[in-house]
Parts: sequence; C-alpha cells; structure tokens
Amino acid sequence: MKDSLGSVQSLLVLGGGSDIALATARKLAQDRTKRIILAGRPSERLDAGADLLRGLGAEVRVVNFDALEFGEHEKVLAPLFEEGDIDVVLLAFGVLGDQKTDERDPLAAAKVVQSNYVGAVTSSLVVAEALKKQGHGALVVLSSVAAERGRKDNFIYGSSKAGLDTFAQGLGDSLQGTGVHVMVVRPGFVDSKMTAGLPKAPMSTTPEAVAEGIVDGLRREADLVWVPAQLRYVFSGLRHLPRPAFRKVVDKQA
Amino acid sequence: MGTDRAGTRVPGTDLEVAAVPQPRREKLTGWGRTAPSVAEVVRPSTREQVAEAVAGAGARGIVARGLGRSYGDPAQNAGGRVLDLTGMNRILGVDLETGTVEVEPGVSLQQLMQAMLPFGYFVPVTPGTRYVTVGGAIGCDIHGKSHHADGSFAQHVLELDLLLADGSVRTLTPESDPGLFWATAGGMGLTGVIVRAKLKMMRVETSRILVETKRVADLDEAMERMTLTDADYRFSVASLDNLATGPSLGRGWVESGNFAGLEHLPAKLRETPLAFHPKPLAAMPDLFPSGLLNRRTIRLMNEANFRRAPKDAHPHLASIGGFFHPLDAIHDWNRVYGAAGFLQYQFVVPFEAAATLRRVVERVAVQGAPSFVTVLKRFGPASPGYLSFPTDGWTLTYDFPTGTPGLAGLLRWMDAQVLEAGGRLYLAKDSRMSPGDLAAMYPRLEDFRKVRAEVDPHGVFVSDQSRRLSL
Repeated sequence: MKDSLGSVQSLLVLGGGSDIALATARKLAQDRTKRIILAGRPSERLDAGADLLRGLGAEVRVVNFDALEFGEHEKVLAPLFEEGDIDVVLLAFGVLGDQKTDERDPLAAAKVVQSNYVGAVTSSLVVAEALKKQGHGALVVLSSVAAERGRKDNFIYGSSKAGLDTFAQGLGDSLQGTGVHVMVVRPGFVDSKMTAGLPKAPMSTTPEAVAEGIVDGLRREADLVWVPAQLRYVFSGLRHLPRPAFRKVVDKQA
Repeated sequence: MGTDRAGTRVPGTDLEVAAVPQPRREKLTGWGRTAPSVAEVVRPSTREQVAEAVAGAGARGIVARGLGRSYGDPAQNAGGRVLDLTGMNRILGVDLETGTVEVEPGVSLQQLMQAMLPFGYFVPVTPGTRYVTVGGAIGCDIHGKSHHADGSFAQHVLELDLLLADGSVRTLTPESDPGLFWATAGGMGLTGVIVRAKLKMMRVETSRILVETKRVADLDEAMERMTLTDADYRFSVASLDNLATGPSLGRGWVESGNFAGLEHLPAKLRETPLAFHPKPLAAMPDLFPSGLLNRRTIRLMNEANFRRAPKDAHPHLASIGGFFHPLDAIHDWNRVYGAAGFLQYQFVVPFEAAATLRRVVERVAVQGAPSFVTVLKRFGPASPGYLSFPTDGWTLTYDFPTGTPGLAGLLRWMDAQVLEAGGRLYLAKDSRMSPGDLAAMYPRLEDFRKVRAEVDPHGVFVSDQSRRLSL
C-alpha cells in the first residue's frame, strides 16, 4: 500500500531490462519498495538488475514476459496480482527501431509499432483490470516527447508512442473514481542503451532524472510528467508552430 | 444486497422491514486526508445486515468504520468493503444504579455525553474529540488526558458482542474470553465487528472541569511539573512550542484538572451543574491551500499561545468542550491543511528513556518541522490489549503537514529512536510506519495473530493498514 508520504511497497516492471526502469526500481527500493517483480525477456541484464535490487534489500522475482506475445499477456500478468497487491506498475518496454531501415522494411516497422503500441495496449488493459479490482495502485506509462509531433527522423517510433500516449490518457480518465492512477511520462532524449550511438538532442536527460521525475510524480499523483520539466513549456510552444516552421526547427537541430 | 425490500410493512403488524442498504463505491481517507482508496461502502442499521454484508464480502474482505477520526488508513479497504457503522447508533440500555450503558457500535462519545450527563455520568475516557464511535474507541483502545489515572477505553468495557467472520456473534467479557476480548480491544477492527458494547461510565457531580494552567519555560520544567503533580489530577497534559530551541526547548504550558464538585461552581452555575450544550462554532471551508500551516505561521501561533498561558497556576472552570475537545469547535478542522493533508505521529517511550524524548524534541525543533499541535503526557500502566498502545512512559504527539520538507527522513530517524528506547507508535495515528518496526514495537503481535487466525482463518477482516503493515 502507498503510505501517507507517498512511499510504495511493491512494484511490477514491464520491460525490466530498460535503463529507466532499473533506475526507477533502484530509487524505489532505496525507499520502502521491498517487493519487486521484473518482467521482461530473459537476459543477463535483467538478472543483473534483479541482483542489484536484492542488494538493496528488496525481494525480487524475475518473470518471463514478451511485449510481442499479446496472447500471453493475460496469462502471464493477471496471476502476479494474486500473490499480493501491487502498488505501482511501470510500463517501460519499447524499441526505438531504426527509422531509415524500417522505412524500407515495413515488417520491421510493424514490429516497432506492435511492441510499443499493441503490446502496451494489451498489457495495460490486463494491468488496469487487476488494479481496479485492488481498488488502489498506479500504472506509469513511458511515452516520449516524440509522441508530441511527427517528424521525419523518428515518425515510426513517434507515432507508436503517440498512440500509446493517447491510449494512456484515456485509460486514466476512464479509471477516475476507481482508486487507480495512470501517469504518462514524456521524457526528452534519454542518454541510455536505447539511444547509444545517436547524436544527442538538446535538453537531453538521463535515466536517473527520469526515475526522479517518476517517483516525484507518483507522490503528487500527477497525470503527466515531463523530464526535464521545462519540456512542457517548450512543447506548449512547439505544438502550435506551423508545419513549415516546425520543419525548420527540426532541421536546424539535426 | 440489492433487493428492494426497503420500507416494506410486515402484513398485520406495525413492523417494517429495515431498508436494505445499497452499497456505494466511495473514495475514503482517514482524518489526515492522505492515501485515499476506493471501497464499496455498506451502511447497515441492524446486526443482521452486518452479518449479510460480512457474508457478501468478496476476496478483498471487509472492515468497520465509524466517524473516520483515525488519522491514517485503518478504516479503509481498497477494492473491498467498508462497513459504515454510523447508522447503528442506538443507546440500548442504561442502568443508573451501576452507571452502565449498553450501546450499538456507532454511538458517538458526543451522543453518550448528551444522554448521560444529565444523570451525572461522563464517558469513562475521552480523547481529543467527541466525534469518535464506541466501536472505534474499543478497536483503537483509545486514551485521553486521564490515562495515568483511568487507563484506556477498553478497560471500562464490561462486555461486548463481536460478529465474527462466519457470521456468528460471540459475547465477550474480559473474564469469559480474555484472548479474543484483548485481541479485539486495540485490534483495529481485524477480529470482527463489534455490534454491541456495555460500558462503565464515570460518575461526575458537574459538567465543569477545575483546571490549572501553568506556563513552563522548558522541557525539564514541563516534565517535572507533570511528574510531581499527576497524582493530584485526573487529567493532565502539556502542550509544547515545538519550534522553540536552545534554552527554550520544549517550552509550553501544562494543564492539570479534575471534574469540579458542586462546591466549586458559582451560584449561578449551581442551578444547572450538569449542563452540556456544545455547539460547533464554525465550519471549515474546503478551500485552504496546502502549505498554509508552515514553519512561519506555526511559529507565530506557538508564540501567541505560549504568552497567553499564565505564569502561575490559578484554578479556573472550563467546559467539557473547551478542556477536552477544543478542536471540535470547528467542524472539519483537518481541512486547514489543504489537499495535501497531514499526519499525526504519536509515540511512547518508557520513563527511563527521557533522554530519547529530549533528543526527539530537539531534533524536530532544530530541523524546524512545524507541528500544529504538540502534546506531551505521562501514561499509566498498559492495558492487556495485545495491540493497545499506551504503556508506562512519556507519550509525545506531533501533527505534521505531509508537505513538510524532509519529513520522511525525520520520521524514520524518530522511528529508530523510539524503537531503540523500547517504545512504540500508535496504530490509530499511524499512516506510514514500516511492517518490521511494528513487529519489533509490539511484542504481543504474534499472540494477536494467533487469535485472529483462529476466529478469522480466511482473513475476511482486512484494511489498508493491515495490508500495509502485514498485520
């Protein structure tokens, strides 16, 4: 259960190998989160993350979960809630893809969309139902600034996040009055394994900063968190920029 | 549930079938307005309806709730059922000879005072508010300014009917079934639902308290005055300026009092010695910003209150409301903290651990964590309740806005101090302690769990607090 100061006791991470997810889990485990389930595709990274969290005194379970196996989501995720309440679910999986290659390989593009959007929708729905039964809890959905406006250098990834972002907003509204809180997180360019080798964008951030934003947002029960926070104001301007002008901004940046 | 038998007359009689309560989904918090959760609230008016609601509780269980004055989450049950017992508020019987009353669980202390003061009886124990139910008073085994003299509330309960998880009702007295009785007293509603209680009231000659208020320059003086004078007073408590530091650390004022006898009343009051007409003065609107009560505003209030307290104690007459329940004069006073809410932190440490007490007072003052109400009191011997809070020693209570910077760290440091000194925290106030600390602070937790496992093997009675603390 969440306590009066906003600390939580249990966490389920979907996409447990992600840098942002691990940074968040670490921050929570240093506080009072002592029951953690890391769901993801089996990897050394995932196991190493689990060990690290155990070192912080958490009881950690690793569960085999694949975003692309939509058919399995109900079967894999629903039983996790039978073992005890889950205070926070962090939906952190996602792939960036390679825009240039994927444009020439529609099936590769479909995979990005299926993981980031379709898999996120199916797993979110399973989680939302379970949280509703619990009568409390938070679902944190990792979106991206790329969801805000389409741009030529990341529109496959961006559109998948835009779909997820809209989905999560509506899901949050539909869960009003059920005790369940949905929080959308829109990080800017995050310096992580996902973006390794890519040129850094302005106002870039780190997994630790995103984790900080998530933990703080959970305490405040925020609906939407930008990291860094100033991006909110930047985009409230960029959102209304006419397309030709926006293209110029993007080109200048690149 | 859900049938429309409401108000149906039984043919050929004057009897009406009580309306079957319709459950409604509601977001609930405790008095501190933190950590809300949603539950299906059922408001029964008979014990049959309580049994029906318990039988119909799903996998998420059920817990009783009274007037919602616990600060944290013991009367919430996320995703499950909450029994709102304020509809079961009948006084079932009174014996003026022995001073006993039989009541339903939703009867409030305010109601009992109104009914019984005209006959010269006061509630056996009152906390800082009259707006608590008898069921809640037993479930939390509450205490008041008279603990050193009278003990806790459950020690004045002669008998109670407890509705168990299987729907059966067991009549308990401390003699007939001490295990279940003392697991229920202070058991935070986790053994069953109290559907009737028989209490021993306190005989009084008047409804006034003869109070001596004396300013104290520091913590030592406060402690010394209470230690030396507690035996002479049934009621005693010290209020501290929690932000004062240095030589003024722990300054405040001590209030000591006894119920006045007829001879203490001026002629005019002697005509109606048992008068009791408390009126809420004002309602608190729900529009305060969080953060209105902060270091600056609390410092000003503390200063004003300290200066107002007389340097030398002169006895004066106070009303029941003015002495015991000053905050009841304002309805919904908890709203002054704004939407972010607040928490109350109350601990007790043994008398030998006065050094711990001083360390805590000092650290809170130096850190400048503002507390709206800071109250120090000496407890008397513990009650046999497995999870009852009071035990011989000093108890200190703080009210902190949850938005106070660094509060979580400060409270964890305090937890460790209290634990090390062999003290404990009060479950009726708790909203953030850790399961491990709870087990270390309450050595009889295992006994409690054993009794609970016997009467409720499937865990029908659960609350947000019992989940949070793995009770």
